[in-house]
Amino acid sequence: MASTDISGDRGSASASWFYDPKVRGIVYQVLVFAGLVALVWWITSNTIENLHRANIASGYDFLNSRAGFDIGQTPVDYTSDSTYGRAFIIGMINTVIVAFAGVLTATIVGFLVGLGRLSHNWLIRKICMVYVEIFRNIPPLLVIFFWYFGVLSVLPQPRDSVDLPLGAFLNNRGIFLPRAVWGEGAGLIAIAILVAIVAIFLVRRWAWQRQMATGQPFPVLWTSVGLLIGLPLLAFIVTGFPLTWDIPELGRFNLRGGLQVKPEFLSLYLALSFYTAAFIAEIVRAGILGVAKGQTEASYALGLRPGQTSRLVIVPQAMRIVIPPLTSQYLNLTKNSSLAIAIGYPDLVAVGGTVLNQTGQAIEVVVIWMVVYLGLSLGTSLFMNWFNAKMALVER
Amino acid sequence: MQEHDLSYVRMEMINAQAAPVSEKSWGAWIRKNLFASVTDSTMTLIALAAILYFLPPMLNWLFVSAQYTGTDRTFCATEAQGGIQPNDWAGACWAFVGSKFEQFLVGRYPIAERWRVWVTGLAFFGLMIPMLTPSVPRKGLNAILFFGVFPVFAFIMLYGGIFGLEVVETPLWGGLMVTLVLSFVGIAVSLPFGIVLALGRRSNMPVIKSLCITFIEVVRGVPLVTVLFMASVMLPLFLPQGVTFDKLLRALIGVALFASAYMAEVVRGGLQAIPKGQYEGADSLGLGYWQKMNLIILPQALKLVIPGIVNTFIGMFKDTSLVYIIGMFDLLGIVRLNFSDSTWASAQTPATGLVFAGFIFWIFCFGMSRYSIFMERRLDTGHKR
Repeated sequence: MASTDISGDRGSASASWFYDPKVRGIVYQVLVFAGLVALVWWITSNTIENLHRANIASGYDFLNSRAGFDIGQTPVDYTSDSTYGRAFIIGMINTVIVAFAGVLTATIVGFLVGLGRLSHNWLIRKICMVYVEIFRNIPPLLVIFFWYFGVLSVLPQPRDSVDLPLGAFLNNRGIFLPRAVWGEGAGLIAIAILVAIVAIFLVRRWAWQRQMATGQPFPVLWTSVGLLIGLPLLAFIVTGFPLTWDIPELGRFNLRGGLQVKPEFLSLYLALSFYTAAFIAEIVRAGILGVAKGQTEASYALGLRPGQTSRLVIVPQAMRIVIPPLTSQYLNLTKNSSLAIAIGYPDLVAVGGTVLNQTGQAIEVVVIWMVVYLGLSLGTSLFMNWFNAKMALVER
Repeated sequence: MQEHDLSYVRMEMINAQAAPVSEKSWGAWIRKNLFASVTDSTMTLIALAAILYFLPPMLNWLFVSAQYTGTDRTFCATEAQGGIQPNDWAGACWAFVGSKFEQFLVGRYPIAERWRVWVTGLAFFGLMIPMLTPSVPRKGLNAILFFGVFPVFAFIMLYGGIFGLEVVETPLWGGLMVTLVLSFVGIAVSLPFGIVLALGRRSNMPVIKSLCITFIEVVRGVPLVTVLFMASVMLPLFLPQGVTFDKLLRALIGVALFASAYMAEVVRGGLQAIPKGQYEGADSLGLGYWQKMNLIILPQALKLVIPGIVNTFIGMFKDTSLVYIIGMFDLLGIVRLNFSDSTWASAQTPATGLVFAGFIFWIFCFGMSRYSIFMERRLDTGHKR
């Protein structure tokens, strides 16, 4: 009887639709949507009018016209007669080059420093801590400037270049390395490397299956190293050493030959790698500390040696904690590579900035930037998500 | 009955023995922490060698050989470069920093009006320090003064235009002042805006949810440089003719929007960490949406993500240096600008200026991170798992 009373009450309480969350939700959404449409319409009409007045034709036709400016670092053919579209491609490749090199170095340095912060050695621990605390707390742009204006531009003129070992030179136009010139039959070495990679993959699978079946471990690591070095070396010998070095020579005013790594690239690369490495170090440290102590103790109790413990027990579990934030650091590095514009390394943003100044196609250029960076971010996240899923805990 | 009771009960405790000398002396500490094994010893020796190789020249450059006084570039240039120093000299040129110090703080702000900046700075630190010290009472009043009254006061003081104060256009602003203005506004805008975005992202309303997701993901996916470019070249296109925005204001909008997207993700992390029971508990008490959020969820969620919030603040403080790229002179920008000042241009000037700017940035960022650790400990009510 009481229950009927309550239900009756409920019926009368819901009389006012004004207090119904569903109705309110719909009203809010309609209002927001209408506001958004109005805003977009207002912005679009203003933009069209402004563009019309400034006599700028919208659209991407400008990508086919002559660029007329030079680019400092051109990984693929480019002259000032090339099109804007090609300039953008150069910029994109340069962004990818510096991001890739930076990610590689930052990961290695970051892992070393992160492990160093957990070392039993007091001195190593403190050095790593000082490194992390310094680099985490200053802007990356400042680090780039420091390398560019503070270090590389005060190096001697090419005439008084600093001699480095192995025929390399260092001066204020960058670092000059001997360039490898591959001769006849070098393709075989590349094939040998590919074969070695496939062989390692097969060996690993076979060793895993054998260990699962019989419990017998197999020295996969040493076999892999042997394959990776041995096979290309064999190919190298078989083809008769098809490698010569183009060593830079000191000319009257500049160095001739060799491989020039420009100071712009060098500053950006060093700054981004060492800046991001400080963050990666903290992520690695947190990851390793995040593995419960019982895991270490249990693996000791099972009789695993310290090296085996960290390789088989700690690192695989720490990787699960490390990978997601590591991904966002990689993305940050890629995005920070846009700071290239401050020192004139021709990345996507720098090239785009020049195009923007020349053509006034602000919207199109910004859209290209956004699409490329969003694409790069998406690509990196997809890859890291796949890697993360592979590493993730397999639960029953 | 038994004559000879052989049982023995000790009635008093033996005093704790001192640890063996081999365990507590300096030697033991060194053995344990530096030379525990062969690998350890090797690493220590390598590290020592590296320190001995790098540290003395660095200290020498920074302090011993450094030039502290001087009026122009000759004091910091070698004889071959037309200065007074010996030819093999290399050292920091602190004289440059000393003579440009005021410019590094306020940029090209007119000299006669600089007292206004000093007063504003004094008010800023005078309100911020009691705000951040837990033992000082009247936090509510302080917050109103800091976030409500101070911005108006600072705007009037810095920009002028009323009360007989001369107008100082923003292109003349610069140095640490611009860095702090950008960060203060960025922090004050991005936290509330980020919370709103995070709530929107977890909302049940599809339109609002997708709007928030789009905004957050697009902004997080592109570099700040792009956002700043957008604010500086595209904003004027979006507005009707004749309406112009101040350049500083455009940079402010860019930085604040960018930081909001990151803040939203941090806050979302906190919201997701709150157990469902808390939401349901609030619902069952009959609280409305905003009551539920303000009284139950957000206080817990924000406390959980203090480190993330402060990290975002630190990131934003560092990112303000990027406004240099769109032609504004914050601390880093003004230091960079002075490299080309012919009175002081020398081989040592850039490095010295950058070390100085780096030190200032470092102090602020390091201070923020230490404060966040302190706050985290203080607010820790023991509910953390």
